[in-house]
Amino acid sequence: MTVLLVVVAGALCACGTYLVLGRQLSRVVIGIGLLGHGVNVLIVLSGGDGGDPAFAGGDAERFADPLPQAFVLTAIVITFGVIAFLLTLAYRSWLVTADDEVEDDVEDRRIAREAQHAAAEAQHLNDPETEP
Amino acid sequence: MTALIALPILLPLFGAALSVGLGRSRAAQRVVSVVTLGTVTATSAVLLIRVDHDGATAVQVGGWQPPIGITLVADRLAAIMLVVAVLMLLAVLLFAIGQPGAERHHAGFHPVYLVLAAGIALAFLTGDLFNLFVAFEVTLMASYVLITLGGRPDQIRSGMTYVVISLIASTLFLIALALVYAATGTVNLADLSTKVADLPDGVRSGLAVLLIVVFGIKAAIFPLFFWLPDSYPTAPTPVTAVFAGLLTKVGVYAIIRSQTLLFPADTQPGNLLLIVAGLTMVVGVFGAITQDDIKRILSFHIVSQIGYMIMGLGLFTLAGLAGAVLYIIHHIVVKTTLFLVAGLVEERAGTGKLAKLTGLARLEPVLAVLFLLPALSLAGIPPFSGFVAKLALVDAGVTAHEYLIVAVSLAVSLLTLFSMTKIWANAFWGGVDAGRPIPPAATLGGRSLMVGSTAALVALSLAIAVSAGPLYDLSERTAHDLIEPSAYIDTVLGR
Repeated sequence: MTVLLVVVAGALCACGTYLVLGRQLSRVVIGIGLLGHGVNVLIVLSGGDGGDPAFAGGDAERFADPLPQAFVLTAIVITFGVIAFLLTLAYRSWLVTADDEVEDDVEDRRIAREAQHAAAEAQHLNDPETEP
Repeated sequence: MTALIALPILLPLFGAALSVGLGRSRAAQRVVSVVTLGTVTATSAVLLIRVDHDGATAVQVGGWQPPIGITLVADRLAAIMLVVAVLMLLAVLLFAIGQPGAERHHAGFHPVYLVLAAGIALAFLTGDLFNLFVAFEVTLMASYVLITLGGRPDQIRSGMTYVVISLIASTLFLIALALVYAATGTVNLADLSTKVADLPDGVRSGLAVLLIVVFGIKAAIFPLFFWLPDSYPTAPTPVTAVFAGLLTKVGVYAIIRSQTLLFPADTQPGNLLLIVAGLTMVVGVFGAITQDDIKRILSFHIVSQIGYMIMGLGLFTLAGLAGAVLYIIHHIVVKTTLFLVAGLVEERAGTGKLAKLTGLARLEPVLAVLFLLPALSLAGIPPFSGFVAKLALVDAGVTAHEYLIVAVSLAVSLLTLFSMTKIWANAFWGGVDAGRPIPPAATLGGRSLMVGSTAALVALSLAIAVSAGPLYDLSERTAHDLIEPSAYIDTVLGR
């Protein structure tokens, strides 16, 4: 049982990581969601094997650990809120740029521009006929 | 004492709720925010004095006994960080009220700002690893809103990077939490510090490194800093100033707390941390040198300065930790000030690009002085606060025979001075450009508030330099608590 859940947690995290590495915002959002689920499964596992329901009478020795469940509940609520925010941000990004792709940051674009410039200049030096 | 610890977290939250209700009246919102943060400042100052006098105190939230319940702890480090942080929040709030922009146009600014204050206070005061995660999330959620306030395309783009990278860090934090709980069965920091010591070496080192990575993303240490210089400069000035001064320092606080309390055995040699510290300093300052925009230069300097704090921790001696604490105090004040000045420059000249700025010293002598003092302090020129803090660190490094990191830190100071000189020479010196006249200063009443709050922070940083002796003694007592955490552990566990 536990081994199966470990595999599930791993698979969810792997899929999530793959999606987050993409450039499309919609994929990133789904990836974050999957990662969150994978980690939640991991937290539940951290409480050890299952047992009787806690606080519902019965033998206290065999209770399941309730603390990881409280953690997971908190984590789910937080992930839910953040993903809602992320979705609105992605939507606003789509409204502004009419595109789903994450752009390069300012520095990357500057470096790319300068490299292009340098290449054009070098070509001009080799062959003065072409425009720099 | 119980109330003193809970108030810095509860008051801003109540203030935020009230502020949402008063959304229609900006004046009422301002009163609520200023009164709340003013009260919290007074409370934290009293807390610091009491804690320094009587030692650490703890509160068990809801009366649940540790290690099951949530614990709030105030020791010297937490109290110092809290006082400095709340002072910055208050000063920047006044600046924001004076500035035409984000605060005036969005009813959401005040509530979110107060939630940010509550999150930062909770991060400093919590004595529980899971609650630290919650504090981070509260702070981050508020920061997501603040950094994209205005919704300009460049803000959305950089905000997206910021949100995603923070989410990855939070996910890693949760993984670390799950592993810590699976290995020890507790998340209470004091309880952990006794139980982590019994773990096999490999597991313990793995957890230590995982937590360094998690907090390192937030603190922007090498090689996890790429998001910072990209996302901070696009936010409105007051927001950038608060983030620059406080958010990365929350990460540094978490690194110091977790490494000294949970993993002293793995931190002690400190080679990993010292290497990271050196690279953070060097890479950050080189990044700053190549930049052309005041806010971007300052953002890279945040990264570079984080290296000094990590260096103090990496030395893991009493003097090293004391130097790190003093450096954090100095850095929070100076960095916030510099960003506010950058905002004033942008406000006055309409741009922060060095290529387009010239002759500000002639136009705005007050502004020039307000920039020069913290800039020299950042570079570590005597007699400013940066000199005192760097001297403490260098002294600690020499005593610990770590000459390489000392040499690196001194070289980086020189490069910092170089890049500050670059801003000074380009923006403040030179003649006034007749071809491109700068519009006359706005005569808004808010301007005096902006300049006033910036000047108050400059005065505060000078006060740090003047009172360096008592402050260093306080830092040393703090460092002593960190190296000998038994008092902290006994306080929390009620032994």
